[in-house]
Amino acid sequence: MGSRASSLLREEEIEEIKKETGFSHSQITRLYSRFTSLDKGENGTLGREDFQRIPELAINPLGDRIINAFFPEGEDQVNFRGFMRTLAHFRPIEDNEKNKDPTASEPLNSRINKLLFAFQLYDLDRDDKISRDELLQVLRMMVGVNISDEQLGSIADRTIQEADQNGDNSISFNEFIKVLEKVDVEQKMSIRFLH
Amino acid sequence: MEDFWAMVLAGLKVWVCLIVALLMVPAMFGFSLGISETYMKILVKILEWATLRIQTVNKAQQILKSSSFNSLVQRDDGSMEEELRGLRRSRPKPPVGGDFTLSDCFYFYRRGIEDIVEDEVTQRFSSEELVSWNLLTRTNIDFQYISLKLTMVWGLGVFIRYCILTPLRIMLASIGLTWLVIGTTAVGFLPNWRLKSWLSEWVHVMCYRICARGLSCTIHYHNKENRPRKGGICVANHTSPIDIVILCNDGCYAMVGQSHGGLMGVLQRAMARSCPHIWFERADMKDRHLVAKRLRDHVNDKTKLPILIFPEGTCINNTSVMMFKKGCFEIGGTIYPVAIKYDPQFGDAFWNSAKYNMVSYLLRMMTSWAIVCNVWYLPAMHQQEGEDAVQFANRVKSVIAHQGGLVDLSWDGGLKRAKVKDIYREEQQKKYSSMVVGSEEDRSGNSD
Repeated sequence: MGSRASSLLREEEIEEIKKETGFSHSQITRLYSRFTSLDKGENGTLGREDFQRIPELAINPLGDRIINAFFPEGEDQVNFRGFMRTLAHFRPIEDNEKNKDPTASEPLNSRINKLLFAFQLYDLDRDDKISRDELLQVLRMMVGVNISDEQLGSIADRTIQEADQNGDNSISFNEFIKVLEKVDVEQKMSIRFLH
Repeated sequence: MEDFWAMVLAGLKVWVCLIVALLMVPAMFGFSLGISETYMKILVKILEWATLRIQTVNKAQQILKSSSFNSLVQRDDGSMEEELRGLRRSRPKPPVGGDFTLSDCFYFYRRGIEDIVEDEVTQRFSSEELVSWNLLTRTNIDFQYISLKLTMVWGLGVFIRYCILTPLRIMLASIGLTWLVIGTTAVGFLPNWRLKSWLSEWVHVMCYRICARGLSCTIHYHNKENRPRKGGICVANHTSPIDIVILCNDGCYAMVGQSHGGLMGVLQRAMARSCPHIWFERADMKDRHLVAKRLRDHVNDKTKLPILIFPEGTCINNTSVMMFKKGCFEIGGTIYPVAIKYDPQFGDAFWNSAKYNMVSYLLRMMTSWAIVCNVWYLPAMHQQEGEDAVQFANRVKSVIAHQGGLVDLSWDGGLKRAKVKDIYREEQQKKYSSMVVGSEEDRSGNSD
């Protein structure tokens, strides 16, 4: 139970998170409640094992990649701000945000940032391109033992062939965006939060 | 000085006489003096008043309480196939090789993030959150000063619960348990006449009634005509050790479990003297055949009491029913399902064994307002032709869930402590693979 959890989150922090992520006040307190219930060690941060305790996530073939997205390079604990920042990518894009001031920085849940999030899940070594090896590894995670190496290899080859435009046998972020330009990213990479 | 002690002694005598007359005698003979009913009525009125006060103050201050009762996310209940088909609509299907697109992963990412925000399983292992505060500190999610009157009522409540009710309850519980040990041991010395079993049942029920008063339990039994009979197996959803007290107030059951040492061991051995229970050594519990054999022997002997089993294997927070272990459904006896639903307004009965040990749990029970619950006896069920134990177990589980208004989950209650088995992830991978390369039948159909 949350018990006194929400009193540990100060109003100023809630305001800052609101500005950074766009979540509403009540959403932030609810998510804080969730954060503390996952934090079994009660030290204000989540480790990888805290996420793996969620059974539905543990059986997700890409569960490990999703968990990894919460942890910045080299770290293995995430605090509430980092947690919210990652979740913010999945906030739906509201109409009034589309007409915002173009000089303001890109909100975390814009189409570009959602695509960047997905790109980083493929890009295992964070070198800004998806190599054939990386694609194979992610594919292997998704299909398990059910598809042979050769077939998986040819699927990877074909995917890179379709996306690659500059002939370097890997997919850069711009090529990634081009391939997915017809996909309704706004809807497919968003969660409908209530309240 | 002596006058003072004489007064104290006299006071104690009066106190004990009151306890015996007002609580123990009705418990022994099964009638009620209406004291607890009056207490409950007053309590309900006070809680309603408190809820109203909190709501009016919240409205006045325009505090938008995020209702933790509802979900945080609205999910698309589409299957993997539907979702992936939707994702792939924007490109033509490739002729051969494998149907994969870079956007396939969106489905898994979204599901994963939804599960991080809110999942069906981990919430079952902690106490349910209440819709409105019930004047107990432990359920207060957002401490906020509402009004002086409310704080005073809360303070009065604390005083009554801790200083008046708790000592009374502790005394009753100890009397109940001591009497159980003495009574069952005494009955155990009698030879095996019919009188022995009748006496044994009476002693058991009486002691459980005293224990129930010791927790201020108010139990409503429904459909008593379906009560479990001898030679059957009674299965129920599990929320706390108090479930046993609740069920045994209205009938006698044979218990199944691990034999413990210490106080529990004394209790277990005493109970076993007056009528047969099934206690296992820790090592024997792993031997499934041995367990099944002993259960089967007990069930086949029609003079023995119905066995009480909780197939979930662990305590769940009474908002859902989790996977039933198939062991007792393979025996072949008649299954009597029972649904138990506690009213969380008066006291949270769930035992969170990770957070509280048995003693602190019992103290929490004794410092709540009361334990109120409903027990539904459901019609007997048998394993049908062509139905295996797992299907039978699921059928019984859904009947219990439906009656108790609980969510029917197939997740294993053991996930409280253990990791989920890899086989479930492999199922997901297999499902996805069939969407990439087609199922076995498609492939064999297309091969040359």
